[in-house]
Amino acid sequence: MAEPMKMRASMSGDVADVKVLMNHPMETGLRKDAKTGQLIPAHFINEVTATLNGKPILAAQWGGGISKNPYLGFKVKGAKAGDKVTVSWKDNKGESNTAEAAVS
Amino acid sequence: MNALRRNVLKSAGMASVVAMAATAGLLKSGSALAAWNASAFDAKSVPDALKGMGAATPAESKDISIKAPDIAENGAVVPVEVTSSIAGTTGIAIFAEKNANPLIADFKMSNGAEGYVSTRIKMGQTAKIRAVVTAGGKTYTAAKEVKVTIGGCGG
Repeated sequence: MAEPMKMRASMSGDVADVKVLMNHPMETGLRKDAKTGQLIPAHFINEVTATLNGKPILAAQWGGGISKNPYLGFKVKGAKAGDKVTVSWKDNKGESNTAEAAVS
Repeated sequence: MNALRRNVLKSAGMASVVAMAATAGLLKSGSALAAWNASAFDAKSVPDALKGMGAATPAESKDISIKAPDIAENGAVVPVEVTSSIAGTTGIAIFAEKNANPLIADFKMSNGAEGYVSTRIKMGQTAKIRAVVTAGGKTYTAAKEVKVTIGGCGG
């Protein structure tokens, strides 16, 4: 199963600043194994969604060009301290993970 | 005794099959947002990728700022920050122009999310990072050159 994500949401002015670190190998499918010369099969996060108190705020589609163990930062206007932000991802093999944090 | 054991095993097996079917169904319904845009992500050039996204000719804009290093020592991890000060920004897409698959990510904002994303991308070689912003049904673009000393796509 996927490793846990790290997440933090903090207010700066009237904007909530959300930062997420995910654990994922992000294989593009173009890289070769140094020992066998075989292509390493693609394995990357291709869908990321974020919600604020259950309302969708961000929907992203990713390719293999995002770095390993991806970092994502985004900002939401109109959030308040105590609001719940959730971030979920899904990869091309159907694995998924979700993290939740309260805005502080 | 033995017959009972058989029965128990059988029913346990059935239950797990049903449970698996249920989780499979759940996963499917959860991913119903929008299908992954394969034609855009598999495109080999920026114009093709834009075509795949349905945004053919974006206009150059000075209201998009791309924060990225001038020289990236490690192409596997290039921090990129895109800020759009165009009112009503609903989408930001990030491209690395010379990567094998230039489209890196496509973000869609709603319900108060600002025109800002920050992430880390891979770059195969020195190239322009291009951001394509969607606002009010129109598309805008800006680019920034990043020199890469060690590529991040060959391994």
